[in-house]
Amino acid sequence: MRLIVNGTTHEVDAEDRMPLLWVLRDILGLHGTKYGCGIAQCGACTVWLGGEAVRSCQTALGDVDQPVTTIEGLGAPGALHAVQQAWVTHQVAQCGYCQSGQIMQAAALLAATPAPTDSEIDDAMQGNLCRCGTYPRIRAAIHAAAAKLKEG
Amino acid sequence: MPRTGRIARRTFLVGSALVGGGLAFGIWRYLTPGPNPLKAGLKAGQAALTPYVLIAPGGITVIAPRAAMGQGAQSALALLLAEEMDLDWDRVAVAHGPPSATYYNGAVLAEGLPFAPTDRSTQAELAREAGDVLAKFLGLQITGGSSSIPDGFDKMRRAGAAARAVMLQAAAARSGQPLEALRTGASAVILPGGGRIPYTALIAEAAGIDPPADPPLKPRGDWRLIGREVPRKGMVARSTGTELYGIDMVLPGMAYATVRRAPQLGAGVDRIDMTRARAARGVRKVVEIPGGFAVIADNTWRAFQAADLVEVTWAPAAYPATTEAMFAEVAGSFTADRRDSRFTDVGDVDAMLRQDVPGEARGKEGGGQEGAVQQGELIAAEYRAPYLAHAPMEPMNATAWLKDGHLTIWAGCQVPLYAASAAAKAAGVPPEAVTLHVLPMGGSFGRRLEDDFIAQAAQVARAVPGVPVKMTWSREEDMTHDFCRPLGMARGRGRVARGKVVAMDLAIAAPSTTASQMGRLGLPSVGPDTAIVAGAWDQPFAIPARRVTGYRVPEMAPVSSWRSVGASLNGFFHEGVMAELIHAAGADPLAERLRLVDDDASRRVLEAVGELSAWGRADLPKGWGRGLAFTLSFGVPVAEVVDVEATAAGIALRRVYIAANLGVVVDPRNVEAQMTGGAIWGLGHAMGAEITFDGGAIEQGNFDSYPFLRINQCPVFHTRALEMGDRVHGIGEPCVPPAAPALAAAIFAATGKRLRQMPFSKEVDFA
Ligand code: FES
Ligand code: FES
Repeated sequence: MRLIVNGTTHEVDAEDRMPLLWVLRDILGLHGTKYGCGIAQCGACTVWLGGEAVRSCQTALGDVDQPVTTIEGLGAPGALHAVQQAWVTHQVAQCGYCQSGQIMQAAALLAATPAPTDSEIDDAMQGNLCRCGTYPRIRAAIHAAAAKLKEG
Repeated sequence: MPRTGRIARRTFLVGSALVGGGLAFGIWRYLTPGPNPLKAGLKAGQAALTPYVLIAPGGITVIAPRAAMGQGAQSALALLLAEEMDLDWDRVAVAHGPPSATYYNGAVLAEGLPFAPTDRSTQAELAREAGDVLAKFLGLQITGGSSSIPDGFDKMRRAGAAARAVMLQAAAARSGQPLEALRTGASAVILPGGGRIPYTALIAEAAGIDPPADPPLKPRGDWRLIGREVPRKGMVARSTGTELYGIDMVLPGMAYATVRRAPQLGAGVDRIDMTRARAARGVRKVVEIPGGFAVIADNTWRAFQAADLVEVTWAPAAYPATTEAMFAEVAGSFTADRRDSRFTDVGDVDAMLRQDVPGEARGKEGGGQEGAVQQGELIAAEYRAPYLAHAPMEPMNATAWLKDGHLTIWAGCQVPLYAASAAAKAAGVPPEAVTLHVLPMGGSFGRRLEDDFIAQAAQVARAVPGVPVKMTWSREEDMTHDFCRPLGMARGRGRVARGKVVAMDLAIAAPSTTASQMGRLGLPSVGPDTAIVAGAWDQPFAIPARRVTGYRVPEMAPVSSWRSVGASLNGFFHEGVMAELIHAAGADPLAERLRLVDDDASRRVLEAVGELSAWGRADLPKGWGRGLAFTLSFGVPVAEVVDVEATAAGIALRRVYIAANLGVVVDPRNVEAQMTGGAIWGLGHAMGAEITFDGGAIEQGNFDSYPFLRINQCPVFHTRALEMGDRVHGIGEPCVPPAAPALAAAIFAATGKRLRQMPFSKEVDFA
């Protein structure tokens, strides 16, 4: 099975029904994408399939028909994406475990809706659970990233 | 570690035994500074100036020996040291460091003392000091009880000042300048002419200099990091997916495992057939471990899949099989033989509750869910709180490698020394043959005060000697094998007269977390468990007649510390009854509490939340309701105001105002995050979460059946942190307890519905 992840092509020998989450983590060694629930309830495993945010725990390897982008492909410590920069500036993370998923979801939201209202943020982000309760700063950081992206 | 060293927090021998004369037993050891655990691992060219500062040519690492689980203590501890050592914050690295008794936590035992945080009597202060001595004697390296900052506030600053003194001496020797002529700044010694010698260039000279024992500390006015908005460490890693949590551990040749244990907690395997699982793709081994089995495979998912193929029947549970039966046990525990404590007994409560009231009309004590206002002046009500799971976002996991008789473990952990000794036992190696690396945690909330999963990883490693193996629990395994927050009940009675609350009698029954934790360590628990009544008996309200009695329910399912521990139930119980009394009195919730409060910091906190929320002046829209609650826990008085709106879709949380007194605010942005995060934790569980049992097994396995507050339900927050008094406090837990009762009061104001059991979703819908 051929898989394009963050622009790199991989040949993967695994069951078609193996969730993309575990292919990323245990076969490709990309650990930024997290396991939280395995049943599409928490969003910690969110990646992009093409440009769309999906739950990689519910995406079977055999169904991956588009390039995959993970948190590692969005930006890196020396080269942060605007959303990641806003997350750092607003000091969103507490434990940080849910934040890869939050950031991938938020970046997808901003790509589709450049200036979201609070209620659009709530709609887009409600599948992403944060047990540490970082929601107020997630809202603030999304607004800040939207403003930044608008400036270009 | 000696057997006596395996003692959990909150065990309360300290109060009586130690103060009564046992103090001497550890005093010699208390006065001797612990050995520097960094010395053993030093590489060429490095120096360990104190146990907290590692200096290498490439940079300076501060050792902050407390668990990183999202609460921000590591960054704040490092900040304290950096302040005194005059470090360039942007270039400071922070590490947990090796587990060591030197890093004991001297403040963690204080919360378990039978002295209220507001009690500054000699006896109370002596007991606190005794707690510090005991913690040192036991080598109690532990993260919990909101104690990292209280413990580290002086310790880390002193370590920084001592390291700075060493740097100054080294620079004096190097430059030939007199000590008094030297200054420090931005990780360097500054010479009289303005020349700079970076600390990292002074390693050779520093190695031979002993740090002073009691260096002077900066006056508060000179602080340039403490209390300022400095960036918290770890933010870039946690925003780029590059933080390495336990679950992300990889070693060459590593195998991947998962385990399943009896859903009947503590029970074992009756019959097991592993044939099909052994034949599954990628499976290396399926083995029995104590209480269950482990699958070792070539990736986590295949291990999960194969575990489903094991056919197993489990032994029955040793405790009541259903939640109903468990609550019946709780309800039956308000008896003389189960009485555990009565730390508060002021005035003649019995007389106050009897006065002028004929027998039958005294309220429905012992009655069902419905409390009722009797004769306009006396109330009686029964409250309930369920078991709750910790369910941190990162499920339990640990990586273990048993090689040539040495066991190495990588895991998130709040009790590294206990965990290492449990792992040694599980792997069958001596304690000195274990190395434990403590990794950052995707949340914990108290879960990793237990070392079950670390011992398990060692058992799994034993099955594949020489091979490193990462053991990961499924979310379902995690949720159904938690050591829950105990369930509990309270019966409250009280009297109001002439618009005032004049009597309150609160009886609380819950299993003892301390006894449960101690039991797992094979130790008896001594004396009453303050956790059963914490957040209720110690509240600063001078009600003329008041009494708080704790009743100990038998253990049933194993229980443990859950963010804010006993106060997580008792804040709801105490403030629920208080709200009913104030309502019956026809008084204002803030004004009546201000009238009764007898502690300065608590009064200021109440006033502050009043200012913040424009209490009494805010014009709430129609359909809205406002509730107030207050809890003093972990030494921190916290007042919260919640505004809700009753909408067609259900109750919507709109705004939350929080005021708290911390003594000193070390890291304001993190304090704000912990205040809001703590309140969200309290609100989210009160709204919809409970753990229930059937057939002896936990019925909730994942976030679909164990819901938590989501962003679309999240209110807007306004917080204020005060700095009163001479003592510094931690903020990871104290904002949890008042959240549920403030929400209940707000819902009452909006709908007239009095909520006496959590979760509230049993009786109201949330939008
Ligand atoms: S792990 Fe995929 S949604 Fe939770
Ligand atoms: S930051 Fe810890 S779960 Fe979101």
